Amino acid sequence: MNELLGHFNYWIVIFLMMMGLYMVIASSNLIKKLIGISVFQASVFILYITFGKITEGSPPIIRDNVDVYSNPLPHVLILTAIVVGVATTSVGLALIVRIKEAYGSTDEDDIHDMDDNDDFHIKNNRSIT
Amino acid sequence: MIGNLHLIIDVCLLAFLVLIVFAVMKVTNLFVATMLFGIFSFVTALLFLDLDAVDVAFTEAAVGAGFSTVLMLAALRLSGAVENAKHRHSALGLFIVVLTGAALIYGTSDFPNMGDANAPVQLHLAPEFIQLTQEKIDIPNVVTAVLASFRGYDTFGETVVIFSAGVAVLLLLGMGHVEPKNEPEQNMVLWVVVKPFIALILIFGLYVQFHGDFGAGGGFQAGVIFASGMILYSLVFGEGYARKVISSRILPRLAALGVLIYGVTGLASLLWDKPFLDYNALSSNPVSGQHMGILLVEAGVGLAVFATVLLIFYSFSGVNHNE
Repeated sequence: MNELLGHFNYWIVIFLMMMGLYMVIASSNLIKKLIGISVFQASVFILYITFGKITEGSPPIIRDNVDVYSNPLPHVLILTAIVVGVATTSVGLALIVRIKEAYGSTDEDDIHDMDDNDDFHIKNNRSIT
Repeated sequence: MIGNLHLIIDVCLLAFLVLIVFAVMKVTNLFVATMLFGIFSFVTALLFLDLDAVDVAFTEAAVGAGFSTVLMLAALRLSGAVENAKHRHSALGLFIVVLTGAALIYGTSDFPNMGDANAPVQLHLAPEFIQLTQEKIDIPNVVTAVLASFRGYDTFGETVVIFSAGVAVLLLLGMGHVEPKNEPEQNMVLWVVVKPFIALILIFGLYVQFHGDFGAGGGFQAGVIFASGMILYSLVFGEGYARKVISSRILPRLAALGVLIYGVTGLASLLWDKPFLDYNALSSNPVSGQHMGILLVEAGVGLAVFATVLLIFYSFSGVNHNE
């Protein structure tokens, strides 16, 4: 029982991570893929924060009458990672917007079809440049 | 094993997260998926709070649930694809995912139990950080001390990455040019409610910026909160009016200025023959030097994050007006 609950967080983290990965593989829509990547990313955040937790610990803000503080280092790493994560996601979204302008679609299958069809590609290249 | 109440909350929130991700996977409507992902962010923030990571919870609530949802909605508007999120069942993909997951779960069998005070991760660095923060820096929030002082290099790198992401979005989409309409849309209820609300958000942003040494908060959170106030203004009164308040031209400069403040604070210590980003050099008293260094660096981070986040929002909101 101890073992089961002690590892519960890790298992859920891996489950979430794999759901995110499957979303990236199985969704044909680019925005849905990006949501999958974000889920994957969030699961890593949860893993790090789980490492930092200490039983009966308190948040790492120094106060009187507190002996045990949870580990502040993962908190620092993940705090900055969250902001960097949303900044990089926005670059991904900007790319999707440009793809939509060039191809008229955000669906991976459609885009591959158009790439295979050379006439269409040449015609639409103008709007990219 | 962590305390009982904490554990019950932890298990419930994680179960909730799994449910939400299943729902995100299943829905074909991208608008619904985006809103569900916003809920996912909020639940993650609660989970972080339960696991003692107050600063992280704060950031996730401000960034994940606030800004990234607005951003995804803006991208949805521009891509116009709301209903065609087809779900392909990929047998090979499922096989790879199950295989990888099984290997990772096998890997966790060596992990120490959650909350174990003697786990390797708790024995190095963290005790020193907590002790040195009290001795050398003398601010209550250890996370801020580690972020701005002990790991100042790292945070400088992250700030530059955020700035670069802003530049990348600017290059991809441009800022557009939005003229304010002759009259903003009339919506009395929204106006009356939102105006004092924005003032409160901006004051709260300043509080978070300057109170980060003592409680949860700091430049990253404050920058996003401040930008959220402006984004709210833009959503209610129209983009053209928001650009009258803070011009789109000045934003890239503000973002660069934020990174510059950080860098110059680091360079200043070189003048006194100390290593880069050693704040002890900034004052005759090392502890007050640290205080000043952290204040300056956090100000740089706050300014860079605020300007970059708003810049990204302006880029997305200005696209349609390009043509």
